[in-house]
Amino acid sequence: MTELLQNLIDGLGRGSIYALLALGVAVVFGVMHLLNFAHGELITVSGYATFWAMGAGWSWYLTVALIVVVSVATSLAIERVAFSRVRGADDFTLLLTSFGVHFVVSAIFLLYVSASVKTFPRPGWVTNTYALGSLRVEVFDTVVIGVTVVTLIATTLLLQRTMFGLALRAAAADFDTARLMGVRSNSVIRGAFALSGLLAGIASVFWLMRAGSISPSAGINPMLKGVLAALVGGLGSLRGAVLGGLALGLAEVLLRSRLPDSVASLTEGVVFLLIALLFIFRPQGIVTVTHAERV
Amino acid sequence: MLEVSGLTTKYGEISALREASLHVGSGEVVGLIGPNGAGKTTLLNSIAGLLAPSGGRVTFDGEDTTGMPPEKLLRSGLALVPEHRRIFVDLTVEENLRIGGVTVPSADRPALLDEMGERFPMLRDKWTTSAGYLSGGEAQQLAIARALMSRPRLLMMDEPSLGLAPLLVDVVFELIEALRSQGRTLLVVEQNATRMLELADRAYVMRSGEVVAEGTGAELRDNEDLFDTFVGN
Repeated sequence: MTELLQNLIDGLGRGSIYALLALGVAVVFGVMHLLNFAHGELITVSGYATFWAMGAGWSWYLTVALIVVVSVATSLAIERVAFSRVRGADDFTLLLTSFGVHFVVSAIFLLYVSASVKTFPRPGWVTNTYALGSLRVEVFDTVVIGVTVVTLIATTLLLQRTMFGLALRAAAADFDTARLMGVRSNSVIRGAFALSGLLAGIASVFWLMRAGSISPSAGINPMLKGVLAALVGGLGSLRGAVLGGLALGLAEVLLRSRLPDSVASLTEGVVFLLIALLFIFRPQGIVTVTHAERV
Repeated sequence: MLEVSGLTTKYGEISALREASLHVGSGEVVGLIGPNGAGKTTLLNSIAGLLAPSGGRVTFDGEDTTGMPPEKLLRSGLALVPEHRRIFVDLTVEENLRIGGVTVPSADRPALLDEMGERFPMLRDKWTTSAGYLSGGEAQQLAIARALMSRPRLLMMDEPSLGLAPLLVDVVFELIEALRSQGRTLLVVEQNATRMLELADRAYVMRSGEVVAEGTGAELRDNEDLFDTFVGN
């Protein structure tokens, strides 16, 4: 029982980060039908910014702000440079473009920085734990879960209570009709990328704090988690993306602790297998998206 | 107010609209009738900026608006109630109306919402209902109310009575009549040619992507040949 609770907390901590990444993927998919395989590059870019800031003697407090700003700015820049040129193209073109962005960003760091892994100090409290009854809870997981809950509440309020949120939901449901109502496609798409970058920035802070390192290909792993979680949740559903992220985090932690030691290193493989099974039986993901396809 | 001249729109190689011309004066109610596939929807969508015409010109209030994006056209006062209504089924009735008023100053929005509630009592009872649960007639009213939220100077409607039960068709035509008596300028595509001609100041007949006839409602109704051939029984 204790072990299960322990796993649940660990899994929710991990899953929270995935949920933030998946939500960013889902927001952009909603308005553009773009499955963004370049989403992880926001972590790559902010990771190098962190490496630079730490080298320049910045505190982690300042660096957190830098990471979020860099992530939002990168998201908007990628939209401007790449995705704005393929707006309205078929889904496959969009997919290929996002792959292209992923390769270009990693190549830039490979060429102009270094192929090797750069490390930076992690904040001291990342490995601290405290006792909660019979459980040992990481301070880090507690912070991650807390910040994620606050972020999700704020995002929900933004989507439900503001005109921007309403425009975003309308555009996701039917882009052309939203434009007929006067919703500016530029504002709503850039807004979606800014929101996606903000969510990725928060995820990025935690991802980098835990990793303490960055490399040109560091974006692949978070991208896979974000995209997979969004797919598992049901592409286009924001609630589904969050659930998908949490489910993915929990599945990883539970499997890692339950699988026999000899196959524990195959956890990722087993997770992918489970996802494949899920799609065989429920191809639309956890949450079914009912609104009409964009035409 | 609206001047369309020689407008051509292609889907790939096929011209769905060939050199169509029409005009709508301020305060006029103009009908656009013709059989299925005649290009009526293509014409409205080309005027509204949803489709990019390959030739011809659209001017609205003297300004050349050819190929202008819909969000910009709406701001200059031209709104379209699209074919199949296209209401946002995941949003509530109120949210649908709010998005319709996205371009009006937020201070004016509450009064407009009240106005729509009074004009469409059927909707007011379902304010917080998801629009996906509305009946066809309610959904059509919502689509029209949503378009009115932007306070358009020219309102275009694409088949507002399509798929509605006869009783609800009456409701839609009464609504058009009410808008007309307020002095609104309307351009309405209708399958129901007979009723549209009764209501409209003038009408255009389309067939195979071309505008083939124009006249007052009475003229077109009296021209039996034209009526039978192009408009159907």
